[in-house]
Amino acid sequence: MKEYILEVDNLTKHFPINGGVLLRKVGDVHALNGVTFKVKKGETLGVVGESGCGKSTLGKTLLRLHRPTSGSAKFLSKDLFSIEGKELREMRKDIQMIFQDPYESLNARHSVRSILHEPFEIHKIGDYEFRESEAKRLLNRVGLPPSALDRFSFEFSGGQRQRIGIARAIALNPKLVVCDEPVSALDVSVQSQVLNLMLELQQEMDLTYIFIAHDLAVVRHISDNIAVMYLGNIVEYTDADTIYEKPRHPYTKALISAIPVPDPRFKGVKQVLEGDIPSPRRLPTGCHFHTRCPIATDKCRKESPILRDATGTSEQTHLVSCHYI
Amino acid sequence: MEKILEVKNLSTAFATDSDLITVLDGVSFDLIKGKTLGIVGESGCGKSVTSLSIMRLLPRPAGRITGGEVLYRGTDLTKISLGEMHKIRGNKIAMIFQEPMTALNPVQKIGDQLGESFRLHFPNMNDDEVRAQSLNMLESVGISDIRRRLREYPHQLSGGIRQRVMIAIALACKPDILIADEPTTALDVTIQAQILKLIKDLQKENGMSVMFITHDLGVIAEICDDVVVMYTGHVVEKGSVNDIFENPKHPYTKGLLESIPRLEHPRKTKLKIIEGMVPDLLNLPSGCRFGNRCPYIVDECKQKVPVLEKVLDAHYSKCLKHASFMKENV
Repeated sequence: MKEYILEVDNLTKHFPINGGVLLRKVGDVHALNGVTFKVKKGETLGVVGESGCGKSTLGKTLLRLHRPTSGSAKFLSKDLFSIEGKELREMRKDIQMIFQDPYESLNARHSVRSILHEPFEIHKIGDYEFRESEAKRLLNRVGLPPSALDRFSFEFSGGQRQRIGIARAIALNPKLVVCDEPVSALDVSVQSQVLNLMLELQQEMDLTYIFIAHDLAVVRHISDNIAVMYLGNIVEYTDADTIYEKPRHPYTKALISAIPVPDPRFKGVKQVLEGDIPSPRRLPTGCHFHTRCPIATDKCRKESPILRDATGTSEQTHLVSCHYI
Repeated sequence: MEKILEVKNLSTAFATDSDLITVLDGVSFDLIKGKTLGIVGESGCGKSVTSLSIMRLLPRPAGRITGGEVLYRGTDLTKISLGEMHKIRGNKIAMIFQEPMTALNPVQKIGDQLGESFRLHFPNMNDDEVRAQSLNMLESVGISDIRRRLREYPHQLSGGIRQRVMIAIALACKPDILIADEPTTALDVTIQAQILKLIKDLQKENGMSVMFITHDLGVIAEICDDVVVMYTGHVVEKGSVNDIFENPKHPYTKGLLESIPRLEHPRKTKLKIIEGMVPDLLNLPSGCRFGNRCPYIVDECKQKVPVLEKVLDAHYSKCLKHASFMKENV
């Protein structure tokens, strides 16, 4: 059994809304409402869900870019949210991030050299020569020529920029990489190139990925386990094959049936969900999904379901948060 | 099989300080009455410029149509006066855009924006009729609470509702042709499924023709009858949706279809890729434009520019080796 590298327990993040003349707190955006999961070393956890489900907040909170409202997370047995000082700096080397938009996540005023030297400078690793040779090695690894060092990010295409972003993320040999929609801004033919690169790097460096995306076919391809999120909760969690073959939660079922299938002869039955995602500012009572759920009952409107094992067998985890499974 | 729109040899160029860049180079295709035509390709292939050229909405003064015809019921839209074009645009041919937030006017109420179509094209309508028609339209695109929506501004609506409002505005005058430029790209999958269903349902009711521009092959497979595949301003392949997906006759189409992750593929395996990237329009390879990325390239491809050739009845490919390239790789 591989060890767990990350254990997140009951993570909650509420953003205050301030309003009125005195900017008093008038409400909360409930971005995360008690998220619990574990990730094993060298594996990929895919996080899927629609806009506003809290998947990006989850990624940012794990990088300590947001302070959680409550809950805890253990990274390599250390409490991720309480460590400070030297330990925190060490931890920051081990957790890196790849961003969605390669146009905005690279500083246009910095050359690729300074973008790739920066991680080493911040952590005071090596001298200039070492950093330069590392930068060249990283570029080579992500498939860019060494001549790229003297150029600026705007001189590159979207796919090449994402490669630079990946080179920066793996510079310090991280253990965990949070990937927030890393391929959704890329064209189809480039998307597969970047996905292949990420799979290769994972094998070579034994990386653990948290792969956040809305494209379910992409997430399934790269993930070992998948967590489906809806309004700040995980509603279903299991391995990537099972979730597509035997989804249990009505939301997951609808989400999967909504994926357009690239086969004109495919005649699957579309289950079109009515309505929009409710605002995370005023969450529905009971089960958060009941406003759009085709099988909702009075019980769903009153009691919120807990995430529990749906299989009853020990060899496979299949957690579902629904009263009727 | 009445052709409602015929695009013949259409070329469009953009002027820069020093050059004239040809963005569309001899694009031809037909839109059949009551059918859906998909235009697919990656960024920079010219799919949006095609729709803007048809609508005569190219950014001025840089963009201009440099050749070819766009025949709508026999009238060449590239030659008629702007005044005549105004009568067709929004009335006979309507368009919906990718980002409903930027396409809608943020400081006008939904009711005013929707009513504008009626006021412009039916000047005889009075306010009550405009209002009744507007409510009608909102209802037909599946919006609830329509009276309140008329008084709301775009920022008060969700992405899916905004796109529904856009569709309501586009369909207000019961157009013959709806051009949809990536209408679901900015939306979540469950909302995308709603909008695709809505477009299909409305098409069944009105019998309009739809030109659907997207980069998502899944969406193409789901709603299109015919497909045009574009690459660097050329049509590289066109045919019925079944022919294109089951028997692609251009290496680019084949590469695109193979590179998308599919639910039935084994996980965590290498995806097939198309090597390299789309060339710069100012620095195109000689001969076939896909040559620098094509796995089947032969010397002939570097010298001869391929033409769009008939492969089967209504299936065309712009590849010198279209007859043989598939066989070598079976």
